[in-house]
Amino acid sequence: MTKTLNNKAWLLVLPVFLIVAFSAVLPLMTVVNYSVQDTFGNNQFFWNGVGWFQELLDPSTDLGGRFFDSLWRTLLFSAIILLIEVPLGIAVALAMPREGWTVALSLVLMALPLLIPWNVVGTIWQVFARGDIGLLGWVVNHLGIDYNYTGDPLDAWITIVVMDVWHWTSLVALLCYAGLKSIPDAYYQAARIDGASRWAVFRTIQLPKMRRVLLIAVLLRFMDSFMIYTEPFVLTGGGPGNATTFLSIDLVKLALGQFDLGKAAAMSLVYNLIILAICWVFYTIMTHGDARKEGVEA
Amino acid sequence: MARITLDHLAHAYKPNPQGPHDYALKEINHVWSQGGAYALLGPSGCGKTTLLNIISGLVRPTRGRILFDDRDVTDLPTEARNIAQVFQFPVVYDTMTVRENLAFPLKNRHVPRDKTAQRVEEIARLLDLTSVLDRKASNLTADMKQKISLGRGLVRPDVAAILFDEPLTVIDPHLKWQLRSTLKEIHRALDITMIYVTHDQTEALTFADKVVVMHDGAVVQTGTPDELFERPAHTFVGHFIGSPGMNILPCQVEGATAFLGSETISLQRRYRTLNHKEQVELGIRPEFVQIQPKGAGLPVRIRRIDDIGRARIARVEMNGRMMAASVPENLSVSGDEASLRLDPRHIHIYADGHLVAGEALGGQAA
Repeated sequence: MTKTLNNKAWLLVLPVFLIVAFSAVLPLMTVVNYSVQDTFGNNQFFWNGVGWFQELLDPSTDLGGRFFDSLWRTLLFSAIILLIEVPLGIAVALAMPREGWTVALSLVLMALPLLIPWNVVGTIWQVFARGDIGLLGWVVNHLGIDYNYTGDPLDAWITIVVMDVWHWTSLVALLCYAGLKSIPDAYYQAARIDGASRWAVFRTIQLPKMRRVLLIAVLLRFMDSFMIYTEPFVLTGGGPGNATTFLSIDLVKLALGQFDLGKAAAMSLVYNLIILAICWVFYTIMTHGDARKEGVEA
Repeated sequence: MARITLDHLAHAYKPNPQGPHDYALKEINHVWSQGGAYALLGPSGCGKTTLLNIISGLVRPTRGRILFDDRDVTDLPTEARNIAQVFQFPVVYDTMTVRENLAFPLKNRHVPRDKTAQRVEEIARLLDLTSVLDRKASNLTADMKQKISLGRGLVRPDVAAILFDEPLTVIDPHLKWQLRSTLKEIHRALDITMIYVTHDQTEALTFADKVVVMHDGAVVQTGTPDELFERPAHTFVGHFIGSPGMNILPCQVEGATAFLGSETISLQRRYRTLNHKEQVELGIRPEFVQIQPKGAGLPVRIRRIDDIGRARIARVEMNGRMMAASVPENLSVSGDEASLRLDPRHIHIYADGHLVAGEALGGQAA
């Protein structure tokens, strides 16, 4: 009796297994397969063992040097993005109205940048920041500041960071806003009776209650910024020089520009592991205090 | 320590209130004396919480003044009043330990550290929280959290009154009794005015020395639990308090006689001539109505008999109206026809809902 049921259950989950196999396991295994081989034209493959991984993780080699340059660049970018967008998002969420018709208005305005496709964002900023016809670039240059994102690495970085902040801060703000909305009025009233200052209310009520959504916001923003590709690709193409060549851009150059599939596959796997590891670290740190908590919320 | 005076207080949530129906809280004059245990009783939406929030300063009244002793505090913010409030849902600061929670109001008021520590220990002992002082407040049960909320109020040495807004709502039934007796003990131990908002008459009647009954934004009666039971000033108090509530029957009154349809009941008080436009009603609690075998008294039909623990209550019908009556121990009735005997000492006459004071008849014992 139970045996029959179990067999039917296997049949029912089979489609899921197939989908996962074709969409995740097989492609990943293909990448693993490439990563241990050297490829040439005419579909010739030669076994290379862990050779690509050794080269990749050794900064003194060409491949390793290039990989670590891109990796530090990407880590720096993610760090800057988190340091700006998380506090800014919290600040915006705190400033958003709690009731009245302005709630809907501000929600719509906040959601607008999130609805724009990545490559459109890149194009918008590419035009916007141009010194000759772009509103931003033209104005900045006419204010007497020498600004040229296609020529100056620092300008290119500033432009990409500002663009990302413009594009994604509202995601953090909306998540935080949802967290803030879930705090019952009694908490604020109790805090007033306890004589808490504005800062104390933030530290003791709002921030702890936003903790869970902040975790999600930080993870999402980290993963997205660490994998950023389209916008800098459209805006700077990784330049000037290699100044904005992030890991994903480098990976595409390696795989599709040079057709070094073995090296690119090894890099993909390491890239993937780094994202997983960093997310795990964030998750562990931010849920640390929760570990002993019962699942009961007041 | 303070006496709290509400002086012509009224509140409307709408701007520009016109008629009385725009007011969530209709004009009220009341004095809460120092050290009293009060209950503010009424159904949901009757304005109890509004009144409480006005006293604590969370809401500014549309009209009128609030005085603490003789000081006008109407315009003072919450933190400047010596009032504490415990809410329906326990509020604790999740990231802090119980000790830090209790110390929080003192820390915000820059009380010296050693004094704070000493005061926290004192209050923790009073509330039986000493054993959990160093645990995170968020891990505790609802009744513990509610004790912490209460403790944050008690810890301030200047607090003159503590307001409770249905504080036992989320507490398990078996812990309700315990927490309520803790409240009573604290009230006895400290000379603090307590105002307890609830819609549960048992809570109100067991907690308070004086109960303020509210209905539809207005105070309908203030009195001891006995007074509310014996002499409800309004038919609302009559049927809201008591289980089952008071029997209210439309009637006509002439002098010292009441007419219930074709039946007459002689009263112990003589009443003024009641206007025909007024709705005249006779009220009597089921405890003072006895059912007896068919014979003398009001003829009724028994519909059902409920056993409510220590007593049995008969639901009877008289001329199409349902009434409740108490059933004597050894009653035996054949069929469903019976009679009611009303204790004339406990009959009250109401006009448009309000108790009419009669004039005692000379020569008859009350």
